[in-house]
Amino acid sequence: MIERLAEFVNGNAALVRQGRYVDFAILVGVGEIDYIVEIDAGRIAQVRRRTINIESGRFAIRAAAEVWQEHWTPMPKRDHHDLFSMMAAGLASIDGDIAPFMQNLLYFKALLSAPRPTSEGA
Amino acid sequence: MPEFEPIVGRYFTMTVGGEEVRIYVEEAGTGIPLVCLHTAGADARQFRHLMCDTEITENYRVIAFDMPWHGKSNPPAGWQEREYKLTTELYRETVQVFCEAMELDQPVIMGCSMGGRIVLHLALENPDAFRAVIALEGADRLEPYYDTEWLHRPDVHGGEVAAGYVSGQVAPQSPSEYRWETLYAYMQGGPGIFKGDLHFYWVDGHFDDRSGLIDTSRCPVYLLSGEYDSSCTPERALATAERIKGSSITIMEGMGHFPMSENPALFRGYILPVLDEIRAGRQVQPEST
Repeated sequence: MIERLAEFVNGNAALVRQGRYVDFAILVGVGEIDYIVEIDAGRIAQVRRRTINIESGRFAIRAAAEVWQEHWTPMPKRDHHDLFSMMAAGLASIDGDIAPFMQNLLYFKALLSAPRPTSEGA
Repeated sequence: MPEFEPIVGRYFTMTVGGEEVRIYVEEAGTGIPLVCLHTAGADARQFRHLMCDTEITENYRVIAFDMPWHGKSNPPAGWQEREYKLTTELYRETVQVFCEAMELDQPVIMGCSMGGRIVLHLALENPDAFRAVIALEGADRLEPYYDTEWLHRPDVHGGEVAAGYVSGQVAPQSPSEYRWETLYAYMQGGPGIFKGDLHFYWVDGHFDDRSGLIDTSRCPVYLLSGEYDSSCTPERALATAERIKGSSITIMEGMGHFPMSENPALFRGYILPVLDEIRAGRQVQPEST
């Protein structure tokens, strides 16, 4: 699902505008697989598997594959419905440079929940 | 003339902590005073749906005020030279002074989140002053799950990050309109106010070592907590109810941390029976888990 992030994000004009100052890559870990998500002015420029360990992003957000799957269902279970709730429950983690994440918190939460059908972008 | 809502708002000045503060208060209805305390970093608009619900206002005088520093209430003069930090003692005094100023006779106090915590302190310290207390998303012991330093610094927009912090506290079932109305209030908070409130909510307000001393025969305690609340989780609410003997606990399915504002239609199904029981003077039994 994360490989298809561009199709969920780039057609959402409000979300792209919200992230208009984001011009960097982040790392998203889905279980054992790390993805580099390159963002250009709020648009997803590319999502690719990390192939060499020296690649990274400004920050890395990781959760188990089944946690992301639940996060992307139309009505996720409690503790899976929101990135902070996932972190509070110990189901997700963030590492790296937290400042740009906090500066664009609503955007990144919406970005990572974008695959959810009828996502509110919470 | 427009079709006005029944809510009427006014201002007055009261003295709290030795300082004068201009307070904004709004109310609707007649009957038993029901004082409503908003969540951290927000204001009394959260209770607008209750004030427009005739099933409530025909028996209750619903009163909600913006805490000092919040909403349309002012901070004390000289606020710019200090860091706002809410303490248990200041919060308790604020509510008591407000009730005295309004000349309320044995009001019911209902608070949400930090308001849900302070009502438990009030039930412990001054049980005969209140007809009952209702703690929405309130617990006697909470654990922080994020760093509040991000809420007040020049390189992060305080309003937007506050909304981002709490957006996950709204249940996914809640209507979009009310989700975003709830978050909008967070975006409007003053600089550092949400952070200062969280000092009480997460640091200064613990009293799980004393909550068991609350005498529910003198002041009935109702706890209601949302299934999707990541802060006052159902488990923490249940643990609080376990310590407060005789309290009533209800877990609200499909609800988050802001029941009165995020999903008013669902919330009224939970709160109306509680208000009916309080009005009837019945001591309730624990309802659900």
